[in-house]
Amino acid sequence: MRRATHVLKAAGGALAAVLAATALTGCGGGVSRGGSGPDGIVSSSWGDPQNPLEPANTNEVQGGKVLDMLFRGLKRYDPRTGAAQDMLAERIDTTDSITFHITVKDGWSFSNGEKVTARSFVDAWNYGAYLKNAQKNAYFFGYIDGYDQVHPAEGDPTATTLSGLTVTGDRTFTVRLSQKFSTWPDTLGYAAFAPLPRAFYDDHAAWLAKPVGNGPYAVDSYVRGSQMSLRRWDGYPGPDKPLNGGVDLRVYIDNNTAYTDLVAGNLDLVDDVPASQLRNVKKDLGDRYINTPAGIIQTLAFPYYDKRWNTPNGYKLRTGLSMAINRPSITSRIFRNTRTPAKDWTSPVLGTEGGFDDTLCGDSCVYDPARARQLVKEGGGIPGGTMKISYNADTGSHKEWVDAVCNSINNALGNDRACVGNPMGTFADFRNQVTQSKMSGPFRAGWQMDYPLIQNFLQPLYYTGASSNDGKWSNSTFDGLVDRANAESDTATAVRTFQQAERVVRDQMAAIPLWYQNGSAGYAPRISNVSLNPFSVPVYNEIKVA
Amino acid sequence: MGRYVIRRLLQMIPVFFGATLLIFLMVNVMGDPIAGLCGQIQCDPATTAQLRAQYGLDQPLWQQYATYMGNVFQGDFGTAFNGQPVTELMAAAFPVTIRLTLVAICFEIVIGISLGVLTGLWRGRPIDTGVLLLTLVVISVPTFVTGLLLQLLLGVEWGIIKPAVSPGAPLDELIVPGLVLASVSLAYVTRLTRTSIAENARSDYVRTARAKGLPRHRVVTRHLLRNSLIPVVTFIGADVGALMGGAIVTERIFNIHGVGYQLYQGIVRQNTQTVVGFVTVLVLVFLLINLLVDLLYAVLDPRIRYA
Repeated sequence: MRRATHVLKAAGGALAAVLAATALTGCGGGVSRGGSGPDGIVSSSWGDPQNPLEPANTNEVQGGKVLDMLFRGLKRYDPRTGAAQDMLAERIDTTDSITFHITVKDGWSFSNGEKVTARSFVDAWNYGAYLKNAQKNAYFFGYIDGYDQVHPAEGDPTATTLSGLTVTGDRTFTVRLSQKFSTWPDTLGYAAFAPLPRAFYDDHAAWLAKPVGNGPYAVDSYVRGSQMSLRRWDGYPGPDKPLNGGVDLRVYIDNNTAYTDLVAGNLDLVDDVPASQLRNVKKDLGDRYINTPAGIIQTLAFPYYDKRWNTPNGYKLRTGLSMAINRPSITSRIFRNTRTPAKDWTSPVLGTEGGFDDTLCGDSCVYDPARARQLVKEGGGIPGGTMKISYNADTGSHKEWVDAVCNSINNALGNDRACVGNPMGTFADFRNQVTQSKMSGPFRAGWQMDYPLIQNFLQPLYYTGASSNDGKWSNSTFDGLVDRANAESDTATAVRTFQQAERVVRDQMAAIPLWYQNGSAGYAPRISNVSLNPFSVPVYNEIKVA
Repeated sequence: MGRYVIRRLLQMIPVFFGATLLIFLMVNVMGDPIAGLCGQIQCDPATTAQLRAQYGLDQPLWQQYATYMGNVFQGDFGTAFNGQPVTELMAAAFPVTIRLTLVAICFEIVIGISLGVLTGLWRGRPIDTGVLLLTLVVISVPTFVTGLLLQLLLGVEWGIIKPAVSPGAPLDELIVPGLVLASVSLAYVTRLTRTSIAENARSDYVRTARAKGLPRHRVVTRHLLRNSLIPVVTFIGADVGALMGGAIVTERIFNIHGVGYQLYQGIVRQNTQTVVGFVTVLVLVFLLINLLVDLLYAVLDPRIRYA
């Protein structure tokens, strides 16, 4: 008994020690809300990036947000129009749409003092493309000559650098593509094409712990999974110098909490207003709520590898289903107008010059129950009498809209069993079944543009064997038109040819366009000049602190 | 006594292996985690193969498990998909959750047992009925309702607390989340203590103690409470593990970056290394606390002896 008491006392002592130790470590984490005026610090909500923060390895919004503050590439997309403009590129010349001569501007450096040269780009691109580095955006370098050797589809790479890249001077280099691609320079605003300093290769772990770039902000401190503090870098030579002193990105597990924190006055900016709060947003924030179109379209894709969905008359069935969906009703009731009914397969952020056409889908995207019934019948009816729309249930409010879409289809067809939702546990599980071609019916598909080009809305999604052609749709007319469009040296003609290709997508109803997604944000009265760019990311450097 | 402890510790080994193997199998059944890593785009086959090799996913499952266990014994829990070692995630998450759990347990012990003793001694009086009603309400209202309500009232309407806990999660910011986390268990502790006290209050040894003329507080604390606490201690002991693993709702509402958050993140991203690592540590915590609870019995009731 005495012994037992001793044991317990020891245990109690250990417990107390743990408590004391954890209490001590907890003291360093206080959040201060710094200053006002041009040196004021903006606090903003953030999500934990899924991948390490490397330019060629970041493929989701949260990581991309940081890269946009840390890096500037050869081009940058205008925060308002989305047009690709020269940033570090002094000039990009080509005569044949295959070989591009690039000159990097003088006077740029990384925030650690290293100069940005042609080599900073070429080394970074070679690193991104090299298979052994397993960079998730490697395919962005796929147009450059020699990609097959550094990143073969199977087996080990036979080269470590892209043969299409040649450094010709301190500030000049040449890029040779493996095929004609006239609008290729416009893709260079994507984060994967950012330059990297030597520190990235010399001490990779240290660089990841505190990334160093050449953008308007530099990392002050980074606690992975909870907060990143970025501060204005005064040595930044670019035209888009920050109007604030820095940005604190705070990771929120749930964007509802972020919203509550904003309303309570502890946070300045929430760049994703949760759907459940849209009812209160006007009352809570008034005109400090932003709801602007972004380059995101949501569609229903079909499994063309399943014979039942790939019949000669299938296009009638799919068009019928498209006409059975009451888009305006769903976008206003479920999404409270943070979605806009789709009228083509691109996005309004492209503008009419960039290829957006709100008449392209026409009647096929308008709710018409009678015609829908007729077309579905002519198309052979829904395979098996019931179709399941698959989606992942872990994020977003997919369940609500899938159920609404099914309701709409069931009502239009006058059949309670025509359509049901098919939730899947996690995004990984969902993607797993999609990539393994295991879908037995339509499934949710969404596309967030990488760069604002009509090419990016069509080729990765519908070209035979393309990276995101999850439904395995294949059409030789479409492929031919895309090839032709890419080879056009005149941008306007290229866009028109892409629209021709898009009409093939429409006539075959390769995927049913649902709606364009808006970016939604809310902010505190102490900051102003807040806007979202076409990627629905806040334009941080323009935010002013009162 | 010493032998008993050693035997118990040895029993933990098969439990430990069995539990980790189960978790390992369960996470692997969920499918290929690489599919979700590339977002809306399908990773090209070469990159997929490269990533799979990098995380050891290309080996047969038994070999993955063997390698994993081998590494665990060298203190290496693998790497999460964001490139961070799992041990680093643990070092960040566990102190936070331990703090939150301790706050919750303190509430359970102090408020729960006090209310239990109070109601147990004054059975049938208005205070008893009042507390019973209150516990009924607390038990029947889900934690997320209590949490969101307190967050809204204290955080937004009255501005007493911050709605979200700051990254370091200092103790003072954890008081309200701790109370929310403790709420349901607290009600159970109150009811358990009440019943136990009420039962023992009529027993012979209490009557004897009273007849000896011992002061009332001495009778209650030394004689009555000591015997009545056995079921309560069992419950609180089991609750420590449950609170640590089950704090996800509370952690989510108050944005606390603890164990629940990391586990949730790990499951959503199908990150085997994170999930298995965290669950393994939680299993150990469960086992150790169970042992501690068993040893506590002997302190509370000398008639219970371990050979």
